[in-house]
Amino acid sequence: MSQLHTVNKSPLDRNALESAIRHATKGNAVLMIEDGVYGAMKGTQKSAMVSDAMGDISFYVMGPDLKARGIDEGRIIDGVKVVDYSGFVTLVAEHGITQSWL
Amino acid sequence: MSETKKFLYVNRKAPYGTIYALESLEVVLIGAAFEQDVALAFLDDGVYQLTKGQATDEVGMKNFSPTYRALGDYDVNKIYVEQESLDARGLSLDDLQALTYEDEDDDYAEKDSIKVVSAAELAKIMEQSDVILSF
Repeated sequence: MSQLHTVNKSPLDRNALESAIRHATKGNAVLMIEDGVYGAMKGTQKSAMVSDAMGDISFYVMGPDLKARGIDEGRIIDGVKVVDYSGFVTLVAEHGITQSWL
Repeated sequence: MSETKKFLYVNRKAPYGTIYALESLEVVLIGAAFEQDVALAFLDDGVYQLTKGQATDEVGMKNFSPTYRALGDYDVNKIYVEQESLDARGLSLDDLQALTYEDEDDDYAEKDSIKVVSAAELAKIMEQSDVILSF
């Protein structure tokens, strides 16, 4: 069954995003929340990790967490979709299992 | 006061995800009342604390980023940001909010508190400190 992976740690501080991507299979989704939203930014040392995985995995990022941290949506890696809280619920409902990478 | 010590507060965590950033800021403001020689360093994910445009209304948390602008009024005007940490995150000085102070030795001219330094320069600043508090 398709999995949703949530990541709430900065990829420049912890390897939660890296592990989530490594264990996500084709058709899975990764949702970046809280400090995980730094993983959605363009031009960082970890941006390529997300862009390279985008063929098989869909990436989402929590809009309210971006705003809290002052990250403009224009700074987000192309192809990463911004969602709100109801979008988060929809993603959980659409996927059989949700796994949190803490 | 008989002796002034050089305090360095080292900030390495992003804001909001953990309580470290807010706690550090509160300790700095309390410590500022004791007329010590205070400097702040922002490196690793700590550089995210100073970004412009933080708006926390949708996440239900207190936006404490405007409080950094009060540091100048407490004579906390040595704020070092590490270049390497900005680079790794695709950030530049323009992405950070301006922090200023009024220099009483220069007719109260408004000056920038933030100084971008290299890791090597920051290492020297750490070495020359008497007390280092890490957050």
